[in-house]
Amino acid sequence: MELFDLNGYGWLLWKGVRLTLLVGMGAMGVAMVLGLISSWGKLSSSRLALGFANTYTTVVRGVPELVMILLVYYGVPTLIQDLSASFGYSVTINLDPFTAGVVTLGFIYGAFSTEVFRGALLAVPKGQIEAARAVGMGKILAFRRIIFPQMWRFALPGIGNVWMVLIKATSLISIIQLPELMRNADIASRATQKPFTFFIIASFFYLGITIISNLIQKKAENWADRGVRRI
Amino acid sequence: MDTNLIWQSLPQLFSGLMITIQITGISLVIGLLLAVPVALMRVSKSKILWMPSYAFMFYFRGTPLLVQIFLVYYGSGQFQEILSDMGLWVFFREAYFCAVLTFILNTAAYTAEILRGAIQAVPFGEIEAGLSCGMSKATLYRRIILPKAFRLAWPAYTNEVIFLLQATSLISIITLMDITGVARFVAAQTFAFYELFLTAAVFYLILVYGLLFVFKKIEYRLSAHLRAGES
Repeated sequence: MELFDLNGYGWLLWKGVRLTLLVGMGAMGVAMVLGLISSWGKLSSSRLALGFANTYTTVVRGVPELVMILLVYYGVPTLIQDLSASFGYSVTINLDPFTAGVVTLGFIYGAFSTEVFRGALLAVPKGQIEAARAVGMGKILAFRRIIFPQMWRFALPGIGNVWMVLIKATSLISIIQLPELMRNADIASRATQKPFTFFIIASFFYLGITIISNLIQKKAENWADRGVRRI
Repeated sequence: MDTNLIWQSLPQLFSGLMITIQITGISLVIGLLLAVPVALMRVSKSKILWMPSYAFMFYFRGTPLLVQIFLVYYGSGQFQEILSDMGLWVFFREAYFCAVLTFILNTAAYTAEILRGAIQAVPFGEIEAGLSCGMSKATLYRRIILPKAFRLAWPAYTNEVIFLLQATSLISIITLMDITGVARFVAAQTFAFYELFLTAAVFYLILVYGLLFVFKKIEYRLSAHLRAGES
C-alpha cells in the first residue's frame, strides 16, 4: 500500500524506538532514586528535609515538561557560564541531548514518584515496623529487610503509571535533537514528504510500548502480591 | 541575570498568557462536551457503541500528545488535495486550529476515562431507587447518574485540567506564540535562555496553583451535603 510504504526508513524508526526505551529507562532509574530520597524527606521529622522535598514536588508539578527541558538544556549551561564569569572564570558547558533528557525527565518524574513512594511507605502496617524494632533491628536494617520489600506491593501500580506517562514524555526530547523515535519519524517524514505515514507508525510504536508495559506491570504486580492470601 | 530584559518582554509574555488561557479554555469546554457521549458509549453494553469509544480512548491515551499534534498539523499535509476538495484545507493549514482540534480530542479521551470510572462508581442503590420511581433510562442518567458522576469525577478532572494547561506549551513547537512560544522566541534572539525560561516557569506556576485553588473551592461547594452535620 502506497500510504504505508516506508521508503526504506523503517530501520531509522526502529533505531529511534531503541533510543526512546533507553532514555525512558535511564530517566526512570533517576526518577526512582530521587523519588525514594525525597519521599524519605517528606516523612522525615527534619524541617529542612521536609522543606526541600515539598519545594521540589510543588515546583516540578507546576511547570510544563517542555519548559523544564528547555530550561535544563539551554538555560543551565548559560546560567553556569554567567555565574562563573562573575567570579572571573570562563567555563563552557555543553550538555549532550541524551544526558539532558535523562536528567530532566528523571528530575520531573522523581517528583511524581515521590508521592507514590510516600503513600507506599505509609501503607506498610505499623505493626511490621514495631515487630522489627522489637526483635532488635536498627532503623536501617528494619528499612532494608522489612519496609522496603513490602513497600513494592503498594508502590507498583503508581510506579507503573509514572512509567506510562514518562515514556510518552520522552517524545519531547526530540525538540533538543536527540534521535529518538519522534525525532527520527520527523526526519523520515521530511525526507519522504509523507508526514502522516511516519507519525502514525511512530504512534503505533508508542502504543506497542504501552501495551507491553501494561503486560509487564501485571506480571510485576502478581509477583509483588505473591505473599498475599487470596480467596 | 538580565532583569531589564525580563521586564521588557513582560508585555509579550502576557499576550502569550492570553493564548495559553484561550486554547486551554476552548479545548476544555468542547472536550468535556465530547467526553460525555464518549463515556456513555463506553459504559454501554452494545458492542457497536463501546468498541469505537474504547479504541478512541485507547489510542489517545496511549500515544504521546506531541505525536498527535504532528499527526494533525503535518500529517494533514499528506492529504492536502482531498482536504482542499472538501473545503477543509483552510482549517488544517492553520496551526491554531490543528492545536485546538488535537487538544479537544486528547482531553475528551482522558475525561471520558475519568467519567467512565465515575459513572461505574455511582452506588447501585441510587440507580435502583431511580428505577423504582419509574424513571426512564434517559431521566435516570440526567437526574441521578450524571450529576453524581460529575461530583465523583471532580478531583480527577482537576488533574486533567492542570495536565492540559501544561500540555498547551507544546503548541510552541508548531510556531504558536503562547507563554512558552514567546519565551523561546525572545530567548533565541537575545541568548537570555535561563532568564526567559525561568520567567515562563513562574507564569505557569502561578497559573497552575491559581487554578488549583479555584478548583478546590468548587470541590468544597460540591461536597456541601457531606458536611451537613458540621457546625
